[in-house]
Amino acid sequence: MITTIGFGLLAALLVGSALYVVRATNLVHSVLGLGVTLSITALLYALLEANFVAGVQVLLYVGGVVTLMIFGVMVTRRHDGIVVRSDSANEVRGLLGGGGIFVLLALSILESDLPSSPVGPAPSTASLASELLGPHVVAFEALSMLLLAAIVGAIVIARRRDFGEPRQDLVTRARAAREALRVEALRAEAEAPSPEPAASDAAEPPRADEALPSTDGSVPAQEASS
Amino acid sequence: MTLTTCLLLASALFSVGVYGLLTRQQLVAVLVSVELMANAANIVLVAFSHFTASPLGQVFTLFALAITVAEVAVGLALALLLYRTHASSRLDAAKEMNG
Repeated sequence: MITTIGFGLLAALLVGSALYVVRATNLVHSVLGLGVTLSITALLYALLEANFVAGVQVLLYVGGVVTLMIFGVMVTRRHDGIVVRSDSANEVRGLLGGGGIFVLLALSILESDLPSSPVGPAPSTASLASELLGPHVVAFEALSMLLLAAIVGAIVIARRRDFGEPRQDLVTRARAAREALRVEALRAEAEAPSPEPAASDAAEPPRADEALPSTDGSVPAQEASS
Repeated sequence: MTLTTCLLLASALFSVGVYGLLTRQQLVAVLVSVELMANAANIVLVAFSHFTASPLGQVFTLFALAITVAEVAVGLALALLLYRTHASSRLDAAKEMNG
């Protein structure tokens, strides 16, 4: 009885927090919601008597993956981590895809003949360990190599420098060009015999160039509002 | 709590992940949706391990957890690279690979 109530509560919380994760407009909130979802999943594992997996879930997922994702959001955000909302065509596509898959899965689950109660005592952590380090020890060791390779590969991808000039340098380049124009104008002013034409020349180019960073800055604002 | 309700819960979570995958535009948000889907698969494995009283499902869940962590590390490196080369973390910024 208590198990049923607990399971219902956990299921409602899980689906609710998962919906929050995919609907939140702020990316940081979305990632934190993922942390909540994964923690509730750990509780569900504990309810299913998989205590070791529940512990690993908290340590690895909530501790590792969510922290990593927060770092990813912080490094790649431009403006307070605001997520661009998808347009209506995407909304329809998502509802059709998600709803269709759920209906298909639910129909096939309800069709099949599944046990309603456990057929034996829950597997202990000791039996889990003897499985993991007995028949599956080769896969277990290969997994550590996979993790090593993935981390090294991630560093190689993230630290790569030969992908052409990054476009975010546009602002810096515009600033340098404006500085060069200003120096040029000053030099012309110093060399020119009459100050009037040189001064008007000096005033014009920087003002035209001033517009460059501001149009750059307005692009994120448009993205955020759309 | 029967195996059927566990599987229904997992398929609901999976569908929510699919919805997020199809509607989100930012690479990190797409990664978050993929995490939701992987989590649903793990719930299925643990539920079967509980109801068949076999540790094999939990062994497979542990492997899947570790592989998901590797996937997130590589995915975030790709997000960082996308941000550096296109000054944006939106997926439609990288359109030059379109046919």
